[in-house]
Amino acid sequence: MSAVDFDQAFVRHDAIAPLPPPPATVGVIGWIRRNLVNSWTSVILTALAIGLLAWVLPSILRFLFIDAVWTGEGRDACLVTADRPAVGACWPFVLRRLGFFTYGQYPIDERWRVNITFVLCAIGVVWLLAPRIGAKGWAMVYFFLAVPIAAFCLLTGNALPYALIGLVAGAIQTVFALIGAFLSGIDWLVATIVSEVFGTAFSETVASLGWPVSHYIGDSIGFLRDMTEAMFGRVLSFWIDYLVSALAILWVGKMAADRGFANSRTLVILAVVLAGLGIGIWLCSLDAGLKPVTTNLWGGMLVTIVVASVGIVVCLPLGVVLALGRRSQMPVVKMLSIIFIEFVRGVPMITVLIMANTMLPLFLSEGVRPDSLLRCLIGVALFSSAYMAEVVRGGLQAMPKGQYEGAMALGLNFPLMMIFVVLPQALKLVIPGIVNSFISLFKDTTLVAIVGILDFLETIKASTSDANWATPVTSYTGYAFAALVYWMFCFSMSRYSQSVERRLDTGHKR
Amino acid sequence: MTSIADRNLPKSKTAWYNDPKLRSIVFQVTLAVIVLSVLFMAVDNAIYNLQKAKIASGFDFFGSLSGFDISEHLIDYNNTSTYGRAFMVGLLNTVKVSVLGIFLATILGFTVGIARLSPNWLIAKIATCYVELIRNIPLLLQLLFWYRAVLKPLPDPRDSINVADAIFLNNRGLVFPAIAFEEKATAILLALVVAVVGSIAYGIFAHRRQAATGQRAHTVWIALAAIIGLPLIAFFAAGMPASLVYATKTKFNLAGGLSLSPEFTAILIGLTLYTAAFIAEIVRGGIRGVSRGQSEASRALGLSTGDSLRLVIIPQAMRIIIPPLTSQYLNLLKNSSLAVAIGYPELVQIFMGTVLNQTNRAIECVTITMLVYLAFSLIIASGMNWYNRRVALVER
Repeated sequence: MSAVDFDQAFVRHDAIAPLPPPPATVGVIGWIRRNLVNSWTSVILTALAIGLLAWVLPSILRFLFIDAVWTGEGRDACLVTADRPAVGACWPFVLRRLGFFTYGQYPIDERWRVNITFVLCAIGVVWLLAPRIGAKGWAMVYFFLAVPIAAFCLLTGNALPYALIGLVAGAIQTVFALIGAFLSGIDWLVATIVSEVFGTAFSETVASLGWPVSHYIGDSIGFLRDMTEAMFGRVLSFWIDYLVSALAILWVGKMAADRGFANSRTLVILAVVLAGLGIGIWLCSLDAGLKPVTTNLWGGMLVTIVVASVGIVVCLPLGVVLALGRRSQMPVVKMLSIIFIEFVRGVPMITVLIMANTMLPLFLSEGVRPDSLLRCLIGVALFSSAYMAEVVRGGLQAMPKGQYEGAMALGLNFPLMMIFVVLPQALKLVIPGIVNSFISLFKDTTLVAIVGILDFLETIKASTSDANWATPVTSYTGYAFAALVYWMFCFSMSRYSQSVERRLDTGHKR
Repeated sequence: MTSIADRNLPKSKTAWYNDPKLRSIVFQVTLAVIVLSVLFMAVDNAIYNLQKAKIASGFDFFGSLSGFDISEHLIDYNNTSTYGRAFMVGLLNTVKVSVLGIFLATILGFTVGIARLSPNWLIAKIATCYVELIRNIPLLLQLLFWYRAVLKPLPDPRDSINVADAIFLNNRGLVFPAIAFEEKATAILLALVVAVVGSIAYGIFAHRRQAATGQRAHTVWIALAAIIGLPLIAFFAAGMPASLVYATKTKFNLAGGLSLSPEFTAILIGLTLYTAAFIAEIVRGGIRGVSRGQSEASRALGLSTGDSLRLVIIPQAMRIIIPPLTSQYLNLLKNSSLAVAIGYPELVQIFMGTVLNQTNRAIECVTITMLVYLAFSLIIASGMNWYNRRVALVER
């Protein structure tokens, strides 16, 4: 019998260190086993994928980098010669033509104006999109009001005061024409009803009383305008016109405010907007000595950015209005919005562009013939608003009813409720959707080439058939460059939308 | 008892002009009048402008001689045909490229979408690269690339790229062997019809049997065997009445065979690749949208990976996939109009291009073309809505 020898006893105080994992499950080998060869199908797929890559990648790399020509002049640099059996991308072609790709035929001495516009745009984009920079309200004002005016002044140059005055005068005239049409429409309606009820003789009497009213208003305004123009010249008469119109609008607003239709705050805002518009027009009309550049000289990236920006600047507000219209309780408003949205979404963009190009001049009165870029812009803006409306509608539908009810309980009226409560939240919800429709809009700007506008893609396409650079690789090079540029724009936008989605995802979505 | 109305309640303090009903009526009437007057002005101007330019209007030109040729037509057409006939040619060409494109893009899109979720890292990454590359490049650029950079610089027909003396690729398109049928070939068609009908009937039978007894049948394999096997048997039994006609080289061109023009090939490749990238994202989102518990439960029930995908995951994912898939199909149809940039004679190219320029009837041509697209959109949308209702979750 022996006692247990306690002196020899061994008691562990800490756990044995774990064995290292089997070498086959860690490191590069483990990763390969897990991700590339985890089953027989996976092995076959990996082999196929490697085969595909081995087939495609080397030729792409050879074309873009290894065999590519980086320096040289003219087509001879990119031709196959005895000491250069394989020729890849012809980068000198892109380099030499970069100016044309960016500015089109914009005069070389005036290109700084385009550059300033690009910088202004870039500042606006960064300000709007970067989450760290505050004052988004001012950013909106800057991007949606200041930049368009400045860009318009800079890009078109000296022709501007007349163009803008013509535009505003045209708008005012359109309003008067509308009032005239409105009055004569009512006149006609009344006359028809009266003749139905009381007979033709009586209705003619009424008509002879009614017609002069609507006609004399239009005629006397026209006469007054002609007179001021004859007396003070075109520019001063415009300002008199503007002042009178502004005062008239303010007077109507004042009357409305006195009777409780609107509050005095609205009136102040109206006055500020009118004054701001006036100052804007005045600033634009200052002759800075810029050389006028007509839009048929614009081209390349400039046109692409102009079309995309105008599309964005117009489609967001218009889309919000259409979306609100579609959700409205008023049947007429709702029906008109639905007809517009569904019609535009049901047809291809090209047909809208061709319609704007061929039919718009027919619908306008004689002599009014907007230039082809403007026609195109109208088409793009209308087209993208319909899509934007659907995105915004999604955001409006996602808003809980309590937000509307809370706003109404606070006594806000419809515009205030929308501006301060509903829209900020609803638009924030659909930022990814909005950015996605901007991406499609940016890609769709290429279609303007079909109605004869020289956009970025079209300048490249035109250059590939340039005799000075006619080589077998020119068109590949051109399209590769275009693809790279479009891809960078669109990919960065889609990354941005994903990052916003992550930032807004609070993690407790029900 | 007095009703509420009889009581002498204080009158509402709201002024008449703050009455929402009145305001809404006034607003709507004003809006309607403005819209109508704009329309009226537009029509008035259009009538005036047309009269001034001495352009006739109306749809009578449909019956008059077109006088231009169209390179591709599914129905008989030459330059002595009418504009109406040209319209039909364009319509059919649009339908042709759209139907083929939808078919191919669906297959490719589902493949890529599932590949993006593959546990195989390399496959998933290749699929991701494909989607990110294609989605972010304008379709027009892709079409121009396929047409002007890939298909047009191909060699002349004489030096065609030759795959096994059967498929030829040259700058006049892609040439396949054609199938020539003799008279007895109706037997093959008959066998095919019998096979398809039989497969459907067997599928219904197998489904009922499974519901009643739990026994499962290999419906897919049996149907495949029938659809491929029966026509083959008929083919040999009838003494091989069909044969492949290979294209043969003549001095300048290839004769015989079935050829696709480079324009058609380019638009088909472009549309398929572009739409497939979007469909892949939709499919991925749909599959990811099915909750994890579903796949875990199906594995717990002992279903294999394939069965759990086929019987549990995909049917539920389809509910998420269908609505955006519909809009992608519509996009493909609308995008087929981009063929105008590479000269494939579809509806927009023929009707808003050539016919509009020849007849000068802008309003008529634009209206008809747009109406056609609207009608197509409605047809596809209603068809997909019907399918969507069928697969939708039936809730209480």
